[in-house]
Amino acid sequence: MAHTLVVLVEDKPGVLNRVASLFRRRAFNIESLTVGHTEQPGLSRMTIVVEGDDFAIERLTAYLYKLVNVVQVEDLTHTQSVVRDLALIKVQAPPESRTQIMQVVDVFRGRVVDVTNQSLIVELTGDVEKIDGFVDVLRPFGIIEMVRTGVVAMERGSTPLYLPLNGNGQTHPHPETISEN
Amino acid sequence: MKLTGAQIVWEVLKREGVEVVFGYPGGANLPIYDAMLDYPVHHVLVRHEQGAAHMADAYARVSGKVGVAMATSGPGATNLTTGIATAMMDSSPTVFITGQVVSRFIGFDAFQETDVTGITLPITKHNYLVTRVEDVGPALREAFYIARSGRPGPVLVDIAKDAQQNSTEWQYDPAPLKLRGYRPQRHPLGRQVEQALELIAQARKPLILAGQGVLLSNAMRELQEFAERAQIPVAMTLLGIGGFPANHPLNLGMMGMHGEAWVNHAIQEADLLLAFGMRFDDRVTGNLKTYAPHARKIHIDIDPAEINKNVRVDVGIVGDLRETLQTLLEQLPALDHAAWLEYINEMKGESAVRDIQYLPPDGHLYAAHVIHDLWRFTGGDAIITTDVGQHQMWAAQYYRVEKPFQWITSGGLGTMGFGLPAAIGAKFARPDAEVWAIVGDGGFQMTAAELSTATQEGIKVNVAVINNGYLGMVRQWQEFFYERRYAATPMRSPDFVKLAEAHGLTGLRVERREDVLPALEAARDAEGTVVVDFRVEQEDSVYPMVPAGADLHNMIRRPVRTAIVETGQDEL
Repeated sequence: MAHTLVVLVEDKPGVLNRVASLFRRRAFNIESLTVGHTEQPGLSRMTIVVEGDDFAIERLTAYLYKLVNVVQVEDLTHTQSVVRDLALIKVQAPPESRTQIMQVVDVFRGRVVDVTNQSLIVELTGDVEKIDGFVDVLRPFGIIEMVRTGVVAMERGSTPLYLPLNGNGQTHPHPETISEN
Repeated sequence: MKLTGAQIVWEVLKREGVEVVFGYPGGANLPIYDAMLDYPVHHVLVRHEQGAAHMADAYARVSGKVGVAMATSGPGATNLTTGIATAMMDSSPTVFITGQVVSRFIGFDAFQETDVTGITLPITKHNYLVTRVEDVGPALREAFYIARSGRPGPVLVDIAKDAQQNSTEWQYDPAPLKLRGYRPQRHPLGRQVEQALELIAQARKPLILAGQGVLLSNAMRELQEFAERAQIPVAMTLLGIGGFPANHPLNLGMMGMHGEAWVNHAIQEADLLLAFGMRFDDRVTGNLKTYAPHARKIHIDIDPAEINKNVRVDVGIVGDLRETLQTLLEQLPALDHAAWLEYINEMKGESAVRDIQYLPPDGHLYAAHVIHDLWRFTGGDAIITTDVGQHQMWAAQYYRVEKPFQWITSGGLGTMGFGLPAAIGAKFARPDAEVWAIVGDGGFQMTAAELSTATQEGIKVNVAVINNGYLGMVRQWQEFFYERRYAATPMRSPDFVKLAEAHGLTGLRVERREDVLPALEAARDAEGTVVVDFRVEQEDSVYPMVPAGADLHNMIRRPVRTAIVETGQDEL
């Protein structure tokens, strides 16, 4: 099944390459990967969707922790979390079908962000299934171009993912490495 | 203090206690070499950068310190890569420093430019591309820290030429480094220690699998105390050799593809495996589906990613092996496994009659004889380095290593050409020690140019060439699995005696068993490096052998030996 991993990495040159290279080297397939800044200076956040059973993801997590620039890895698959994908879809919209398309966009709570005589660009955010559904509905009208960002994810509730260093130098270690001493 | 990047390189090295550096200069690291002359470091000029990498690797394995090698950009750096990968697979604490083209040329396919950090990304523990002089010091300090801590490994620092030339204010900061994403776990979990002790208490047929982690964490004494108190026999991986004395009654010997039959059978029949600092390599386990089917497993390793990687274990303990064993020893009771030890001993006796050492001489010179005699001659006290192949396995079987850090071999990567440069690196780590490189005729020729390095340095290492005129291990596989179709394995070599002499060194040749010991004596007495060309039986094979991927207990055993067949004693 698809797992959604959040990987906090140091914001340094080449880090994306290190992570991507690890996936290739260890024979994992990335379905989507997004990178962006976080609330923590010097930390970037990757959201990676990867196919694999729980054992494979446990292996992958351990391998990710071997990378010196990887600070924290969390699997949000089995947690209560918000997962969002963003799509920009350029669709054929001549006057005769335009109203109908606008209605569909409205139902999905999308936004029209560009208009010409013959086309619209629609922006939609939502979970993967919602966007898949939207694309299916739009397809008969004629999709000219489409781009999706890949998902970003965040656990629900008030606890931050990243907790800064505590006294003994640990943040969120890999479960295997938690010390009780 | 205002220093150039090149000076900062040596300032950091000096503070890291680096006394010897192996390397090769070139256009992109000229500033570093120029600055070197003002620092009290000994530089060993190699003949090929791969040699420098192996020397630094072996230096590290023998001394326990970080080994350092340097090279210029482009081909200098790419020549290092085989050695870096070797150090990576065998967890050797090493730092590689390469020159890179001037930073504004990076990415423009400049002369001798290669993406060295890109190339070495999967074969280093970590690497750095330094383009600003301010980053030289911090990157190098981190490199040493990462190389030696946790699970050791190679770290490469690629420094642009202008970063070497430019100057900056620099002061050494002795504060311990804190890296956000790198905090090796040394202390074991209390709960898992309890679980391990429970499994040990229940076991009737326990077995320790000792890997290189014993040596890397300096846990030799703890291992011995553990084994003796709990009366648990010890089997060793290829790289674990030396971590437990060969003559210790609880030492069973090497496990795996060319491990002795009683060792592999003991693994398959054990009810508890205690894996100490080893990683269940495929050469150790054979077919994973049938591996140690009756055994529960305790795995101690400093690298969390090794736990459950190849073999699912019942208790995985992440921690420094020495600290973990100390913790276990606090509560480990004295135990008795006399019946189990007796059973293994019976298997041992059954195997011994097949051993070539117990057969009457038949006029042939066997590699096993040479290595056995070398072992007796040196009292098991020499530093042994090897290449890769048949001679390596015979050396592992017949050179009985009593002390740690004296058995230096390329295990994980299996790098031919490792032996001679490793011997040179080892000699710099322990100038007092007698060093023997046991090499094959194939591997020796891959890095034989380093004889010239030995000559220039005026150091004495001894090279025992196990010369059978074949790429022996490949030939053996062709014999066993490819109907003796010897594709590209017969190898013609130069006259190794003359090769040695061409380097101003001593060369000797041995063709008969009775000449082995005199040659070893002559080699020891000769001044400088010596090459001894042992012309051994050509189509000899290493036994026992677990074919790749086969069940560990399905070994090709030593045949009733040709020696006996040829003397007409078939019935034996």
